[in-house]
Amino acid sequence: MKTNTLTSIWSKFASLLALILLVGVVTVLNPAFLEPANLMNLLRQISINGLIAFGMTFVILTGGIDLSVGSTLALTSALAAGMMVAGVDPILTIFIAVLIGAILGAVNGLFIAKGKMAPFIVTLATMTIYRGLTLLYTEGKPITGFGDSYAFQLFGKGYFLGIPVPAVTMIIVFVVLWFMLHKMSFGRKTYAIGGNEKAALISGIRVDRVKVMIYSISGMMAALAGMILTSRLGSAQPTAGQTYEMDAIAAVVIGGTSLAGGKGRIAGTFIGVLIIGILNNGMNLLGISAFYQQVVKGVVILIAVLLDRKRS
Amino acid sequence: MRIVMNDIHKAFGANKVLQGVNFTLEPGEVHALMGENGAGKSTLMNILTGLHKRDQGSITIDGKEVHFKDSKEAEAAGIAFIRQELNIWPEMTVLENLFIGKELRNSFGVLKERKMKTLAKQVFNRLDISIPLDKKAGECSVGEQQMIEISKALMLDAEVIIMDEPTSALADKEIEKLFTVMKELTASGVSLVYISHRMEEIFEICDRITVMRDGVSVATSYIKDTSFEEIVKQMVGRELEDRYPARVPKYGKTVFEVKGLSRKGVFEDISFSVKEGEILGISGLMGAGRTEIMRAIFGLDPYDSGNIVMNGESVTIKSPADAADKRIAFVTEDRKDEGLILDYSIRDNIMLPNLKSFSSYGVIQTKDEKSFVQTMVKRLKVKTESEEKSVGDLSGGNQQKVVLAKWIGKQPKVLIMDEPTRGIDVGAKREIYQLMNELTDRGMAIIMISSDLPEILGMSDRILVIHEGKISGELMREEATQEKIMTFATGGNEK
Ligand SMILES: Nc1ncnc2c1ncn2[C@@H]1O[C@H](COP(=O)(O)OP(=O)(O)OP(=O)(O)O)[C@@H](O)[C@H]1O
Ligand SMILES: [Mg+2]
Repeated sequence: MKTNTLTSIWSKFASLLALILLVGVVTVLNPAFLEPANLMNLLRQISINGLIAFGMTFVILTGGIDLSVGSTLALTSALAAGMMVAGVDPILTIFIAVLIGAILGAVNGLFIAKGKMAPFIVTLATMTIYRGLTLLYTEGKPITGFGDSYAFQLFGKGYFLGIPVPAVTMIIVFVVLWFMLHKMSFGRKTYAIGGNEKAALISGIRVDRVKVMIYSISGMMAALAGMILTSRLGSAQPTAGQTYEMDAIAAVVIGGTSLAGGKGRIAGTFIGVLIIGILNNGMNLLGISAFYQQVVKGVVILIAVLLDRKRS
Repeated sequence: MRIVMNDIHKAFGANKVLQGVNFTLEPGEVHALMGENGAGKSTLMNILTGLHKRDQGSITIDGKEVHFKDSKEAEAAGIAFIRQELNIWPEMTVLENLFIGKELRNSFGVLKERKMKTLAKQVFNRLDISIPLDKKAGECSVGEQQMIEISKALMLDAEVIIMDEPTSALADKEIEKLFTVMKELTASGVSLVYISHRMEEIFEICDRITVMRDGVSVATSYIKDTSFEEIVKQMVGRELEDRYPARVPKYGKTVFEVKGLSRKGVFEDISFSVKEGEILGISGLMGAGRTEIMRAIFGLDPYDSGNIVMNGESVTIKSPADAADKRIAFVTEDRKDEGLILDYSIRDNIMLPNLKSFSSYGVIQTKDEKSFVQTMVKRLKVKTESEEKSVGDLSGGNQQKVVLAKWIGKQPKVLIMDEPTRGIDVGAKREIYQLMNELTDRGMAIIMISSDLPEILGMSDRILVIHEGKISGELMREEATQEKIMTFATGGNEK
């Protein structure tokens, strides 16, 4: 038991340790990192990747993957911008956009669950389809001219009790999803599908339904992230969200969730999101060029997965 | 080859699994290893073949101390191991599975397909089985998969073959053939370690027996000098009453009916019914279609025509979830692939089909859950330190008990059990039979598929025999005998 508990403690806290180490290093190199203004800035920066990565955690726990999140973000963002330009109430727009995100995700889920197709293939296809639809709808140009709604501006740029609203949104969503994953039967089913889909099916779990719901959640998260981005930029960009799926997957993996499914925690994903965020933020503070940043990020992913393999 | 294992100790963390086991295997003998679920039989053999490291003790082969690092080394030394948990690559063909890691190649590295096929056919002939070599192994029944594993071991031409419950999923005909092959082997000087919970087999095929209890070897004796009662006493430390508890069935109304169920090429015109409180036994040879019929009823496989009727009303079952809603439960025969999530805890596994009953508005009621899981673990006497332990770390028989716990806890109206006592020890079997009696007393209907004829005879109120996808006979408890079942099962006396 001794070695067992040690490894399980190690596996639980490895990413947390890495996070603390990273904070230490960045702070020593540039004490400005720990200033409240920068920390708030950091929280705002990570909120978009955070939301997408939380949704992605559910998907990856079932042994799936969702490559279409970036395109979903762009499409919902463009549609929302269009609606607001046409005069739809901004708050209502946010709800509709999230609903559209859920539908786009459900389409993925239906092909995967009912069509018995590989998640990688399905979401690779919808990634291009949703992007193409965005380009068609926007005619390749940014949509602007909806910036006067105070409420909508608040969604991406505002503060609540001194904390950026996007960060508040991210934290609320995290708590809800954490509860769903660890306290509700939905979470047990998610794990069961990733652990042994056949056994889950025979146990009377409606595997198809759960999968569709999970891809819907992923789509909803992408749409919500899209709303934050749209608000922050004051425009909808047809190319928004490109390669966002990579950062989200990276955060999930760094957080210790296995790409094979069945093993992992959403709290780990939060840590993964923080690690990636601090790497970006810290390297910016230190004036490291964006080119190096990419290399460093890649190396961190490799190390994270390597450590993960060592553990099991 | 003479193997001597002396004072073997092994602990998994704080769990002391072996605490001084002595075991000697003489050339040309069949040596039975018996003991309750979790006694440490599989672990002992894992240690011999290098799958686990021993903490203490010595192993000598013909007087020389050995330390195998893995099963490859053991195989090279002439020891083959048919493991309790089958190691099948479901996506690969039967042929590929037979030669996995040992593919025959010519000097250009190209596979010698024809040679491999010939060799495979030879072994299959020897065992008198006819599984198509290009069939996907995952589509084979558990019995067929077991035969693949046995064939793999036979092809190694080993001097020692360890068989860990090779017959738990086999029917009589295959077992008979296996025994013939075993006798041939020992006649040519091969020695066999034979682990089984089926007492009749031990007396039929073994020369000596070592009994284990709680990680120590209790006694080794010659089969001819011992008896059923004595072995049981050594195993459980007390005497056991009858193997099959008395059954006084009280029938209610007919709850479940199948009418004219057919699936082309698999089964045809299957009709039967079960009453509340009844145990319907289903017998037949390997590949007769017993499992396939139940899978179709449960919504796992499609069927072409026919009707399923519950409480007089026709019902549609398209998925296991539909079946669960109708309160039908299905203990599948393949516990590793279909019954359990091996990496997950006992609790998570038992809860799988019971999530709905233990959540309100989707939120799991952890207190109720905990007491429920504890009750089930106690009721089925799963041997474990905690419900949080991974199922994969349990002994085979204890894994099977978890599968049963999962479904019995759901209190279904109709309980379908496919080889329910596979790998379960004599004492625990009796408790499960007792439990089945309790369940039927409360009105549950049980449909039990079993390859174990004494079990079918001992527990069923009525027996259906399946032959090549059709019901070939029906016997009431009073009139049933092994001979009558076998006649129907082999297609004689067609109805
Ligand atoms: N890898 C493992 N990690 C932790 N515990 C284990 C592991 N393998 C076996 N055990 C424990 O060792 C004990 C003995 O298990 P073993 O599989 O040897 O029993 P067995 O005699 O073969 O039982 P059965 O008749 O059920 O097959 C059990 O309590 C089991 O939980
Ligand atoms: Mg065993």
